[in-house]
Amino acid sequence: MSPTQTLFHDALLDGNAPVPDGLSDGQGRAAGRRFDVYRNNVAVSLTEALEVGFPAIRSLIGPENFKKISGLFLRQKPPSTPMIMQYGTEFPAFLEQFAPLLHLRYLGDVARLEQAQREAYHAADRAPVEAGEIERLSPDLMAQARLELAPALRVLRSPWPVHGIWRYACQDGAPKPAAVAEDVVITRPEFDPVIKVLPPGGAVFLNALRDAHNLTEAAEAALGEAPGFDLAEILGLLLAGQAITAVISPKEQST
Amino acid sequence: MLDARSLFPGLPAGPGVGYKPQHFPAIMDDPRPVEWLEIHAENYMGDGGRPLAQLRHLAERFAISVHGVGLSIGGEGRLDRDHLARLRHLCDWLQPASFSEHLAWSTHDSHFLNDLLPLPYTEATLTRVADHVDELQEAIGRRMLLENPSSYLTFDESTMSETEFLTDIARRTGCGLLLDVNNVFVSATNLNLDPRAYIDAFPLSHVGEIHLGGHDEDHDDHGAPLLIDSHGRAVADPVWALLDYTLAHAGARPLLIEWDSDVPEWPILAAEAQRAANALQQVPA
Amino acid sequence: MSNTMKTVAIAGAMTAALTAYTNPAAAQDAKEKCYGVSLAGENDCKAGAGTTCAGSSTVDYQGNAWTLVEEGTCADIDLPEMADGSERSGSLEPLDRDLPS
Repeated sequence: MSPTQTLFHDALLDGNAPVPDGLSDGQGRAAGRRFDVYRNNVAVSLTEALEVGFPAIRSLIGPENFKKISGLFLRQKPPSTPMIMQYGTEFPAFLEQFAPLLHLRYLGDVARLEQAQREAYHAADRAPVEAGEIERLSPDLMAQARLELAPALRVLRSPWPVHGIWRYACQDGAPKPAAVAEDVVITRPEFDPVIKVLPPGGAVFLNALRDAHNLTEAAEAALGEAPGFDLAEILGLLLAGQAITAVISPKEQST
Repeated sequence: MLDARSLFPGLPAGPGVGYKPQHFPAIMDDPRPVEWLEIHAENYMGDGGRPLAQLRHLAERFAISVHGVGLSIGGEGRLDRDHLARLRHLCDWLQPASFSEHLAWSTHDSHFLNDLLPLPYTEATLTRVADHVDELQEAIGRRMLLENPSSYLTFDESTMSETEFLTDIARRTGCGLLLDVNNVFVSATNLNLDPRAYIDAFPLSHVGEIHLGGHDEDHDDHGAPLLIDSHGRAVADPVWALLDYTLAHAGARPLLIEWDSDVPEWPILAAEAQRAANALQQVPA
Repeated sequence: MSNTMKTVAIAGAMTAALTAYTNPAAAQDAKEKCYGVSLAGENDCKAGAGTTCAGSSTVDYQGNAWTLVEEGTCADIDLPEMADGSERSGSLEPLDRDLPS
């Protein structure tokens, strides 16, 4: 009888399942652990993909735990596309729901940060706006202008010191994270993502810009959350991160 | 006999290597003796960033072979339309010298298993694989090369040999073949077959590219040798000997060194490519 | 704040940001930017590392008993003052829990 690919697939992902019938060593003997070569290829290659994608999580929970948890995750949530570079979008939620890790509730956001960093790395290229493009606008047009942000830009809001934990996990000699909530922005000047903590109101400001609000509206939204919101600081951060790709003034919007 | 060089005009019949990003500076500095590069299609399906920028630079200087590892041509289900579109997009902008994929399956019910999984060689599989090769060639608007797999087991239901199967696929679809000589050696060892007999039976006139890679050694339940296609070390001596045998019968072909795990520094990979170049120089013109 | 004042404040902030910002040297060789690390897992067509053990040891993953070993940098992280009252710190004490299967 032929083992269908359904049976083959199910046995690949369940090490307790018997090796499907109808497979042999070419000399009439059952395939036995020859089938395990394929089981091994699936498990090892997907575990390696997660190890490369989530180095901070691996450091936080330790390489041995990470391997075991990867083994569970890859069997519950195999990749849904052939692009391994994207594998792991469901890993943050998985970590948050995994009973033995419930006391480490920040792991999900740290994993989201690592996934966002990878997305930024592969995001579309877009040239930053020239300074002269901004400078030629009158104050009135500037205040009503919308900013187009780079495709690589990512914003992550967290109730945890997500940047501090990530840095402590990834960088030798980094200080221990303080007990503060952190919002994080990822920019990609040239090709390497840069991760920075956002100042108060920064996440609200960026999300408002992405929702096509103009500078005045976005700044007011940010001030509503954080009275100390510093517009010049966040604009400097965006310029340095080559994250502003166009300034669209009302005149241009109307044409 | 058909002349493979006129069938597959794009790649030079010299040594190439599987491209690894860590080798970018060395390759831009001095690629010798490497004449062409192969990339895995799925690694260049992002929207932008360094991977695509590197590839654009490399394509200015080298013939590029796009080698797909994720389409699941042998899958029981339909080919993934989205993935076909991504392959088409890559081929459209890159205009590679060659495109190849595997005689294997890797996706089932939207689960991508990230391995090249085996197929029974039957009439039903033949029809399915031929249909999928047709569909792929239609989608990318060019001929493709189909690669022979490494085998660790066989299907009792198979009714034909792998070489018969591949010969028929090439005849039905007009596709070319990618002959992985290390895979031949691995499969022959694992299934107790004669690797030279496999080469003798292979339709060499359809071969547009040859692969070479390293393998690891393990054993099955009965202590019989079980070779694993790990691509994690230098090409084994008996595989070089099998290459010489193949080239003597096939003539010179584009010859690729694959090294995918424990990737060495560039000089070691370049030395493997030099050994491939030497093997090609032995071939009578 | 009046609309005029807002306008002045926003334009002023942009001017300040631009003053601090210098355009990256456009003359930089585009190839130079390509030299750098790769940041993602890749597809390849290799087989797993030489043994058949990892795939067949799935028995560990499939059972109900889970034991984490005590390792990792999380053991050093202590966040006692966070606001939502949950337990925040802690090493991975060897845990043996039943998972819903």
